[in-house]
Amino acid sequence: MLYREAGQFKTTYAEDMAIFPIRQDRIALAVLLGIAFIGVPLLATFHIWPFGSDYLLWAILLPFLILALAAIGTNILVGYCGQISLGSGAFMAIGAYSAYKLVTGVHIPLAWLSFAISIPPLPVFASILLGGLIAAGVGILFGIPSLRIKGLYLAVATLAAQFFFDWAFLRIPWFTNYAPSGSVNAPELNFFGLIVQSPIERYLLCLLLVTLMALLAKNLVRGNLGRQWMAIRDMDIAAELIGIRPLYAKLTAFAVSSFIIGVAGALWAFVYLGSWEPLAFSIDRSLQLLFMVIIGGLGSIMGSFVGAAFILIVPIMLNLIPAELGVPLSTETIAHFEFIIFGSLICYLLIKEPHGFARLISIGKEKLRLWPFPY
Amino acid sequence: MIALGQFLEVLIGGLMSGVLYSLVALGFVLIFKASGVFNFAQGAMVLLAGLALVRALDLLVANGFPLWVAIVLGIAFAAAIMATTAWLIERFVIGPLVNQDGLTLFMSTIGVTFVIEGAAEMIFGSDVYPLRLFPTDAWFVLEDVFPGGILVNKLDVWGALIAGILVAGLAIFFQRTKTGRALRAVADDHLAAHSVGIPIGWIWFVVWLAAGLVALVAATVWGTKLGVQFSITFLALKALPVLIIGGLTSIPGAIAGGLIVGAGEKIAEVYLGPSIGGGIEYWFAYVLALAVLLVRPQGLFGERIIERV
Repeated sequence: MLYREAGQFKTTYAEDMAIFPIRQDRIALAVLLGIAFIGVPLLATFHIWPFGSDYLLWAILLPFLILALAAIGTNILVGYCGQISLGSGAFMAIGAYSAYKLVTGVHIPLAWLSFAISIPPLPVFASILLGGLIAAGVGILFGIPSLRIKGLYLAVATLAAQFFFDWAFLRIPWFTNYAPSGSVNAPELNFFGLIVQSPIERYLLCLLLVTLMALLAKNLVRGNLGRQWMAIRDMDIAAELIGIRPLYAKLTAFAVSSFIIGVAGALWAFVYLGSWEPLAFSIDRSLQLLFMVIIGGLGSIMGSFVGAAFILIVPIMLNLIPAELGVPLSTETIAHFEFIIFGSLICYLLIKEPHGFARLISIGKEKLRLWPFPY
Repeated sequence: MIALGQFLEVLIGGLMSGVLYSLVALGFVLIFKASGVFNFAQGAMVLLAGLALVRALDLLVANGFPLWVAIVLGIAFAAAIMATTAWLIERFVIGPLVNQDGLTLFMSTIGVTFVIEGAAEMIFGSDVYPLRLFPTDAWFVLEDVFPGGILVNKLDVWGALIAGILVAGLAIFFQRTKTGRALRAVADDHLAAHSVGIPIGWIWFVVWLAAGLVALVAATVWGTKLGVQFSITFLALKALPVLIIGGLTSIPGAIAGGLIVGAGEKIAEVYLGPSIGGGIEYWFAYVLALAVLLVRPQGLFGERIIERV
């Protein structure tokens, strides 16, 4: 009854092409953004439930936002362009370490030319964006094989990226500025004179960036470029026949995806972790991102958010529920349960609903339009 | 002479550990040939088989069974576990996903990997369990030719022997038996095979069972080498480049790929490693696979990939 678009007439093409053509969707989004931008910081400032401590902000919302951003990047490559990638973690690492190098100043001594390339330390914000760009460049490089190979073969190619960069950041001391322990510390987060320090400030910073980039991604995938990606995904030969250049489409998908993942990686390192080592971006992270995308919905921006939320919340629930019921489980058992539940859910979703939660939500909306009648 | 001796030692060590990669890769090839599923769960199956075997052995030996009875019963128990796993996978995952595209099936096996890893560790424990089925000491051969001789690990020789027997057995199974022929028919075109009366579900169960048993064999060798532990699952990841190099559909390819990867990474580690920081083994195989992919996407022994529209 409430969710019905009857009477909402569109009189211009612009209205017809809007991201959210239905008024109720726009209202829902506005409410959601209002809560996220104003409600949460207000509650957190005055420590009102459930923000009594910083736990919810630090341990759930902040990682959720950043990983959702990385999931959007993965979704562009895997869900929209159909190029399976097991190397998302490596691209996060590239974003993080590039931003770190840029923010501390790059110095490459070229001894045989008796000459050195030096870049003075850059501001944090510029470093994060440039880190994303460098990740995009590397993404293009590792995307080149995708022109010749696809599917599982490509997965192995991206795996090569994952393992190579894991090794590089661990073993080449230049990347960590010769830190003896191999772990590096994030710089002070100075954004145009504004120093981001408290959890609320960090949260707002990430929220702003994630919202902007999600909007960018949403518009990209429904525009010319996104349609090219989807055409390549659905059938590359047919797409080529109707005049889509696979080279251009695939490499732009790699570039955009790696850029977003790289920025997410830099945020993860700078804003969330603070100090990190290569282990933070291992193959497990890649698989985690892939699961977020599968569970949330391949080829859906909103799905990336839902998937990220789900993957983060399940372990916490598994921790809380047995404790509430009076059967506290050991951390080991919980980790094993987590594995089993994730695995079964992935299989179940692939069998029952290959398009993930996003599809379930849109089915729900269809049902809601007819409610309370069955048809 | 010392340099040549050292080179031979590195080469032999590499080839032998390559055989062990091949053991894992074989399981992949079996399933890929028969059902077109790229089985990410092979490493997890090695872990499951190893854990089942080692825990059964420990329990039986602790209860006073003689060693050979314990080994026979333990292997039977592990084989039964693998059969159950194969049946469950076929019944609940692969069966319902018939006719989906390769990517979906691949992702579903990632899901299966997680379930197996979680379940195996929950049931059988998650420590490092030493397994001693084969001798692990070393031989020194050709001592009259090279000063000090060449070090060869006995376990590696056992591994090579077992791999040889396994490949011969699988070749006979595929070429000579009725089930083997049915398997090849299903691999060729499962709809056509179905229409001439081959029970597809049964065939897939057999394939997963065969992969499970290959995993069990791999587990005995790897478990003796490293101890049965979680890191065994990473073998699956190491087997991927082996497959790419050898070709996804070829059993000899899996062996050859394993040998190339094993020898290549050991030689690279010893001769290139010191100059660029060591630990090349970690990624060498993948980069090699990447190079092979760019030149020859179907691998060295794979069938040419022809796409029809």
